[in-house]
Amino acid sequence: MTDWSQKYEMVVGLEVHVQLKTRSKMFCGCSADFGAPPNVNTCPVCLALPGALPVINAEAVRLALRAAIALDFTINLQSVFARKNYFYPDLPKGYQISQYDEPIAVRGTLRVRTPGETATHDIAITRLHMEEDAGKSVHDRYPRKTAIDLNRAGVPLIEIVSEPDIRSAAEAGAYLRTLKQILEYAGVSDVSMEEGSLRVDANVSARLHGATELGTKTEVKNVNSFSAVERSLQREFERQCAMLDRGEVVRQETMIWDASRGTVRPARSKEESHDYRYFPDPDLPPLILDPDYVARLRHTLPEMPRQLRQRFATEFGLNDAELDAVTAESSLAAYFEGVARAHGDANAAAKWMMGELAAALNETGTGIRDFPVRAPQLAELLDMVRDGKLSHTAAKGVFATMRSSGKSAPVVAAEMAVTQVGDDSQIEQWIEEVFAELPAETSRFRAGEKKLTGVLVGAVMKKSKGRADPKKVNALLSKVAG
Amino acid sequence: MAVTETDIRKIADLARLSLGDEEVPAMTAQLNSILAHMDVLTRVDTASGTEAGSDAITSAIALARDVKSAGAPLRGDAVAPFPMNATAPMLAPDSEDGFILVPRLSTHEDV
Ligand SMILES: [Zn+2]
Repeated sequence: MTDWSQKYEMVVGLEVHVQLKTRSKMFCGCSADFGAPPNVNTCPVCLALPGALPVINAEAVRLALRAAIALDFTINLQSVFARKNYFYPDLPKGYQISQYDEPIAVRGTLRVRTPGETATHDIAITRLHMEEDAGKSVHDRYPRKTAIDLNRAGVPLIEIVSEPDIRSAAEAGAYLRTLKQILEYAGVSDVSMEEGSLRVDANVSARLHGATELGTKTEVKNVNSFSAVERSLQREFERQCAMLDRGEVVRQETMIWDASRGTVRPARSKEESHDYRYFPDPDLPPLILDPDYVARLRHTLPEMPRQLRQRFATEFGLNDAELDAVTAESSLAAYFEGVARAHGDANAAAKWMMGELAAALNETGTGIRDFPVRAPQLAELLDMVRDGKLSHTAAKGVFATMRSSGKSAPVVAAEMAVTQVGDDSQIEQWIEEVFAELPAETSRFRAGEKKLTGVLVGAVMKKSKGRADPKKVNALLSKVAG
Repeated sequence: MAVTETDIRKIADLARLSLGDEEVPAMTAQLNSILAHMDVLTRVDTASGTEAGSDAITSAIALARDVKSAGAPLRGDAVAPFPMNATAPMLAPDSEDGFILVPRLSTHEDV
């Protein structure tokens, strides 16, 4: 395959839709919950019955502002909701309420580090605006019919539109992962692509290196994971480069990503022929924000990933890999900090989280919030390992039982009879027994054959059923040999 | 102001109307006669006391712009379910399993 990146440069801009974590919809009191039976969460407002009037959900505004502040946006104290007109069966009003020329926030930035690169790149974000979601169309459920579910119609969204500042598929992936992390930290959304609370449309074009004008862009749709975004951008870039190289002209069109084939194909409908005829929604006066309120929100924003990373690096001396792991989500970071503070050894805490804890979360598919072993309990387990009361291997078994039983580490260790024995007289007794059982090895050992230490330690460990503290056994044996 | 046959084809496309080639000249003539009437209306003097803005949307937009000082009212994030059935026959002629059914969209005919 040709490496087009030698000759051509990829130029990408991303549009990300994020569902805000509210209880009710954007303009009515219907539940915004995901997963209710179809069309249950509907009312005259979101069904567009005559005379029904939209009223803005203040919590949606608060969450949109938090997102905007977290992404260093300039907040517009006045913004306007407009009608974006188009016809589709899952859009009862015939228009979507969105923000157009006066969005709630403009000019944000996101600092991105692409994996494998040392330098960071600040990606400019053009705008962040509020809007409502449309309903859902299901085309493959009934023959010759399209099934409409309006539960999602009117659910609050923010749309975050980047400048065409992204230069590679990997950088697009890094942008999305960083954006998701910040929005999760800010607590504004579940940011789950699987559940549809985060959706991505990508605009991509190709141009010769050094060119200043942008090439004709296409929009890639139907991408449902970050890695699919990366793969689809790469395929579409290659398609455009091959066309340009043959002297052909790239058409501005919508491309559909086919995940099963790993290819892009043009959309059948002429998606580009839209004229949304935006105009301010006469039902909604402009949204006016109190500057004091915005200032207060600025101060209540929790620590963002970059600051937290910095603090953990200085306070706990973690390396990059450990920092990546424990700051991936805000709830993980809080858990880590709880364990590290209660236990005292931050590196041991990070190591356990990256090993045993990560494996357990992976296995059960639960998030850290629902994990049965809480931070103080894990700290107690790590204390026992540090104090020589549990071997690392025994601690793994205790951890597994703590997960299923909800009992504390000392209780589980006692029940499993795996508590490590560090008591000198008990260990000395085991050593005496081993000496009696292995007279030949013992006399050679006493005569100075140090290499027999391993054999004797092994025998003592076996006799103790793995409970003897191997360090103590070693120390006591060397006293005998000395 | 007048529209050309190209404009007519573009407008039909946006409105998702399939317009036969033979219909285009007649449509162009009809729309141009409507626009000619608009030109007549724009010459009416509305500044001197006449009731201005028969267009409801235009006046509503003006209203939205004027109430800036007050701003839009907000509501708290409370769930208040509305007791109605969106798939009742009076609202949705065809439904199944809670879904509202519409004819399969032409863009998805071969799903
Ligand atoms: Zn509703």
